[in-house]
Amino acid sequence: MTINKEHFRRALQHSPFHSRLAALSLTEEWTGWNGYKAARTLDKLSTEYFAVRSSCSVMDLTPMEKYRISGKDAFRFLDRLVTRDLSKLKPGMVTYVVWCNDDGKLIDDGTLFQLDEDQYRLCSQHHQLDWLLISSIGFDVNIEVETHEVAALAVQGPTAYSILTEAGIDGLADLKPFGIAQLQCNGFPLVVSRTGYTGDLGYELWVDPKHAESLWDALFAIKPRLDIHPIGLSTLEMVRIEAGFIMPGFDFNTAESTIRADYDRSPYEVGLGWLVNLDKGHFTGRQALLAEKARPVKRRLTKIYVDGNKPVREAFIFDAKHGKQIGEIKCATWSPILKANLAIADIEFVNGKLPPQLWARVDYQRELKWLSIWAECRVSDKPFYTPEHRSATPPANF
Amino acid sequence: MNNYDAIVIGAGHNGLTNAAFLAKAGLRVLVLERNPYIGGASTSRELHKGWKYSNASYVCSLFRPEIYNALDLGRHGLRVIPVNSSMTFKQDGDYFGSYTQPNIRRREIMRHSPRDADAVVRFDADVLRWCKLVRGFLLRTPPNPGSLKPRDIFELAYLMKKFYELTEAQIYEFIRFFTMSIAEYLENYFENETVLTHYSGGSIIGTGLGVYSPGTAYVLLHHAMGDVDGNVGAWGFARGGMGSVAKALAGAFQSYGGEIRSDAEVAKITVAGNKVTGVELASGEKIAAKVVVSNLDAKRTFLQIMDEADLPPKVVQRARNFKIRGSSGKVNIALDGMPTFPALPEGSTLTQGHMHFTDTLKRLELAYDDWKEDRWSADPYCDMLIPSQYDPSMAPQGKHMMTVFVQYCPVNPDGGWTDEKRDQFGQTVIDQIGDYSPDFKDLVLHAEIRTPRELENEIGLTEGNIFQGELTFDQLAFNRPFPGYAQYRGPVKGMYMSGSSTHPGGGVMGAPGANSAREILKDLRKPDTTPEAYSDD
Ligand SMILES: Cc1cc2nc3c(=O)[nH]c(=O)nc-3n(C[C@H](O)[C@H](O)[C@H](O)COP(=O)(O)OP(=O)(O)OC[C@H]3O[C@@H](n4cnc5c(N)ncnc54)[C@H](O)[C@@H]3O)c2cc1C
Repeated sequence: MTINKEHFRRALQHSPFHSRLAALSLTEEWTGWNGYKAARTLDKLSTEYFAVRSSCSVMDLTPMEKYRISGKDAFRFLDRLVTRDLSKLKPGMVTYVVWCNDDGKLIDDGTLFQLDEDQYRLCSQHHQLDWLLISSIGFDVNIEVETHEVAALAVQGPTAYSILTEAGIDGLADLKPFGIAQLQCNGFPLVVSRTGYTGDLGYELWVDPKHAESLWDALFAIKPRLDIHPIGLSTLEMVRIEAGFIMPGFDFNTAESTIRADYDRSPYEVGLGWLVNLDKGHFTGRQALLAEKARPVKRRLTKIYVDGNKPVREAFIFDAKHGKQIGEIKCATWSPILKANLAIADIEFVNGKLPPQLWARVDYQRELKWLSIWAECRVSDKPFYTPEHRSATPPANF
Repeated sequence: MNNYDAIVIGAGHNGLTNAAFLAKAGLRVLVLERNPYIGGASTSRELHKGWKYSNASYVCSLFRPEIYNALDLGRHGLRVIPVNSSMTFKQDGDYFGSYTQPNIRRREIMRHSPRDADAVVRFDADVLRWCKLVRGFLLRTPPNPGSLKPRDIFELAYLMKKFYELTEAQIYEFIRFFTMSIAEYLENYFENETVLTHYSGGSIIGTGLGVYSPGTAYVLLHHAMGDVDGNVGAWGFARGGMGSVAKALAGAFQSYGGEIRSDAEVAKITVAGNKVTGVELASGEKIAAKVVVSNLDAKRTFLQIMDEADLPPKVVQRARNFKIRGSSGKVNIALDGMPTFPALPEGSTLTQGHMHFTDTLKRLELAYDDWKEDRWSADPYCDMLIPSQYDPSMAPQGKHMMTVFVQYCPVNPDGGWTDEKRDQFGQTVIDQIGDYSPDFKDLVLHAEIRTPRELENEIGLTEGNIFQGELTFDQLAFNRPFPGYAQYRGPVKGMYMSGSSTHPGGGVMGAPGANSAREILKDLRKPDTTPEAYSDD
């Protein structure tokens, strides 16, 4: 991307979908996301939320960092970078990965797309060019930022398949979760992956920015028949917690930006141990993770139900047996579909174990008055919400 | 009759801070200042009618908010406004801007190097980590590592504890940081020459070192460890100029009953039987006090206003060898209007921040080479600001005041300084600015040009060293000014030091003055009026 000297006149740049988002924004609640103007909400939160859970939602993903990684050693480089065994990755597939520094602390998470032989796209929450380039020393690999060259939309919800098909995107019927397809929409090419951050049926569409508005218009042309709503980051926060997804930089500190010692986290500590394959051969952070694995568990990001219906935000967690403060809630939401308070909490283990009885001290406000209650917490080993229609292939047609 | 509990020699901002805390504890305190005005290197004077210059220091960041609060300086008129950017002009007509708005900052770095835009995240985190570590010690008296006194052992333990809050790898990095050159340090992060040069500049300010000299990495910290309202690393502009800092301190001091005498040069600290008895002024007047505090640099204190015979020979020797090389100059300019900078797009906010004209490390190093040869830099590194854009009290309506800090300028050019040479030095600076602003030279109404000679003669900074002594590791913390004398007490009973020659060093910070007051009050068994450091956590 060439950046114009005039860029300083605007702190947040407009995404290729901005004109369409702005036209549909009732609330005009904008915020910054990776240098872009992003919607926090566009409509009532409940309207947006139920678009994801019962019809179809559209979210502008353009601000997500995207890197094109190619070249002879691209696979070897990536396999060395991430903790996961990549040997099963094939062209046309996506996988979820995390990567660590030498101390086995998480630098970021992301989705890795194999677009072709020796052609990959890595999408991440945070800026990774510095780390990717440092890690690429000794590999014949080319790494380019393509954040601004690829416009991206997440189309998520039970009717997402029907909407995309009706919008003229053919070939989705066989696309399985984590699959990628190179398709067409009204004469322009696009890449569709069956991925998402909502836990629902959904797709992510990747397109040249010059076709961004046409793509949007093609989707919204279906609206008279099938409901479709743009959503913002507030809704995404609710659904990603329901789906049990964690957010680097929010639920845990990313290693390269951590200032205080022991404020960063390893994959095990955030509950992503299943992404670490210590037997796959060497990767960055492996030595430290091997050592960590041998020690008792120190702490873990844990999914919990918080009893009651009081809105939970940040709160301290206590070990009921010893009355000790042992953790804190990092993110929480009321789940309209489960009628429960869901939270992800960073909890210190006691003697390598999660204490059996956990309580949260929940502060909430009623008519400006602060109140405080104790709420019992129940641990959930699985994502809170995983509907079956999410992975049905072909998906139900509406 | 003269009847003071304490005399503070020098109304520099540290002397005033020191005096204010002593007076707040109920002592009768007299401040004696050689000049007809107060503030030392933190002063603002009208040398051209209608224009106020901050004659020496010009931006504020290091000043401890705890002192600001404890002495109620806000009510005594101090206001520090954040400076929002810094920038470097490039020789090819482009420029690099460092903005405080995070998105714009990132995009501007990206404009020069996408990789550096990402690396800056790592850089910021690392620098902030070291800043947090060092900031914890600013309002503390350094321990005497050789001492077995409980208090020294406690302080040493505190130091170790802070250190061990770092990981092992971070401890190694920290040690490396203290011993590296700024250019090498930054090369761990950045690849773009302009970005490297831009972020290196702060590390040579005031030092007799170059960007490739070991030890300059620390100076980066010395410039980054301050803050404006919690924004660590941010710099601010004191409304009315840096004289406002001294003025507010003097106001606080006087509100506690303190007395300031200007035009009162101290010739000598008088000593009898290894105890101070008071001071003798250049006028011959004698004033008695059991406590005498010197705000002067260590060289002047021990070699000029004390009788060497009153001192342990070791102290005399240390003072003689104290590293206090002058390397900076200053040009303050009254402008008939706002100069234009064609490289900047119209409406650019970058004129409101620091402006620099050096875009390669090589040019920085060549500027240093000139100084080593006792010449002023033919192509100097300048830190230029035009504060009248946001502080109308500095210049008449529609006119502007420009402050230019210049690195390097020698203490003693071949044949010594003359007024002609001083003006030639000033011209070099004006020419450099003129290269980037075609209308600038025609707007110059008056310029105050200060070489180390003027800085020494006017402020009493030996050799014109802006920090009252180099900020190298051998002269920092428990080594400042000398090993064994870092706790603000002089070798003679009742004699103390409060200037930037003591921990934590130079800059308009107030910390040396406050720390010294704490020690004096402890010795006198008076209540401690000095503030405890705000926690950084
Ligand atoms: C050109 C220049 C630019 C600078 N820029 C900045 C900046 O932008 N920001 C920043 O934070 N710091 C800056 N500094 C550094 C900072 O200004 C000094 O470190 C600080 O002001 C020193 O304060 P002090 O009270 O310790 O000593 P001083 O300010 O040196 O005070 C000593 C006082 O003692 C007086 N005195 C000397 N001899 C006698 C005597 N015999 N009898 C009585 N009085 C005497 C002097 O007149 C003076 O008032 C700069 C310094 C200079 C010189």
